[in-house]
Amino acid sequence: MIITKAKPFPEILQSLERDKVIFLVGCSECATVCKTGGEEEVKAMRDHLEDEGKVVSGWVILDPGCNLLEARKEFRKTKEEIAQADSLVVMSCGGGAQIAQEVSGKVVHPTNNTLFLGTVKRFGQFQEYCSMCGECILDLTGGLCPVTRCPKGLLNGPCGGAKDEKCEVNPDNDCVWIEIYDRLKEIGRLKEFVASSVQVHDYSVNTNPSTLVLERDEARSDNR
Amino acid sequence: MTSLQQALTRGEFAVTAEVAPPKGTDTAEMMENAEFLRGKVHAVNVTDQQSSVMRLGSLASCRLLKESGFEPVFQLATRDRNRIALQSDLLSSYALGIENVLCLTGDHVTLGDHPQAKSVFDLDSVSLLMAAKGLTAGTDMAGESLEGVPTFHLGAVVTPGYEPMELQLLKMERKIEAGAQFFQTQAVYDPELFGRFMEAAKALGVPVMLGFVLLKSVGMARYMNKNVAGVNVPDSIIDEMKKTDDKVATSIKIAARIIRQTREMCQGIHLMTMGWECHVPAILQEAGINI
Repeated sequence: MIITKAKPFPEILQSLERDKVIFLVGCSECATVCKTGGEEEVKAMRDHLEDEGKVVSGWVILDPGCNLLEARKEFRKTKEEIAQADSLVVMSCGGGAQIAQEVSGKVVHPTNNTLFLGTVKRFGQFQEYCSMCGECILDLTGGLCPVTRCPKGLLNGPCGGAKDEKCEVNPDNDCVWIEIYDRLKEIGRLKEFVASSVQVHDYSVNTNPSTLVLERDEARSDNR
Repeated sequence: MTSLQQALTRGEFAVTAEVAPPKGTDTAEMMENAEFLRGKVHAVNVTDQQSSVMRLGSLASCRLLKESGFEPVFQLATRDRNRIALQSDLLSSYALGIENVLCLTGDHVTLGDHPQAKSVFDLDSVSLLMAAKGLTAGTDMAGESLEGVPTFHLGAVVTPGYEPMELQLLKMERKIEAGAQFFQTQAVYDPELFGRFMEAAKALGVPVMLGFVLLKSVGMARYMNKNVAGVNVPDSIIDEMKKTDDKVATSIKIAARIIRQTREMCQGIHLMTMGWECHVPAILQEAGINI
């Protein structure tokens, strides 16, 4: 899931300085879970903006905000409200904000900062386990990702910095390399790691901006 | 072959000390500090943006020291440069006559004075060693042949006080396989712990130089205990510093004693002086070390 955090309201308001009529766009998935762009937050934003003297011409929650076809469909239904608006205020991730711009052709203002690909630990608690490096080595590292969970992304073992098994960069976090070591011992795979060649990440596998187009058959199959 | 490499190869007790480039362009103090080390050490380590604090470059400082007749150890960290720049700096190092290279990952940028900077970490210490060794075999990481091939004496670091020690030894082994020819350790103040570490490390067959940070004060010792991972200054040493009227003399005494106690366990000493380069001659004299 894409983890977002709301920008401070004064910053959002400042970005709307030149606009009077606003159309709001939320997202039914990630931003809803992050409480940054679900129905509740969209309605609250409408109220805040109206309190500040803005006119909200309408709102829509896309399912999800990053889906171009969904945006096309929903924006057709709300064509008039969007046409009235000076700009769109988009309460999703950066992907959703750009889709909204692409489909509507309007000026868009994002209300969120997009932070990371997060796992949901419990309600309202997210943690970054995967940084989408494009070259998964979890099989070698006992199912714990050093690319993401070590701040230096060390691939060949720990630095010397862990204190009481905590990371020196953020002592709230356990050193993932100590966790990897413990896990590899537990599952009897430490030898394979020791014997593995020097790990170097290939950054050419996911140069920005990445694209992926499934072959027709691949897209249709259920991937079995 | 560098004199440091010669000393380690011949089984002489090798001595290195560290100087830090200035924040700015005024190298006078760095050069003055280095003068205290002349004739006392095999080589002088030059730190690379130590603790992620932006300073004059290690390579330029190494060259200045070399021009003054010192043998430098170029510390090279992967934090600030990608594999293109790292390999390029390795070639530059050799072209400038600097062959001792200490390969490090480096502290995270958030610990330094430019926490907003982007951390690079394209390589880590192990893959940097591999890249450096590759250059000495005539090819870069892309597999392209070099016109003119460098030679290096490649060093790495290890933290003997790390828990669990076995994990640190595994990393050490990986560094050796990748190309490390010698080690300088994180600071150790506990000869017994160092003995246990060396018992395990000696099987790896690569020379190890004990790292030692000169203790300037009780506050510094406590700070390191609290903040520097893998470093533990025992209470007995803190007490010694607390009771003394002459901090410098006591600090020298402690350093010399630990060198004497660990001398037979390892292949050399690396003194991290923190501006106290002027006391290195006295420490070495009291420890009975002559190069």
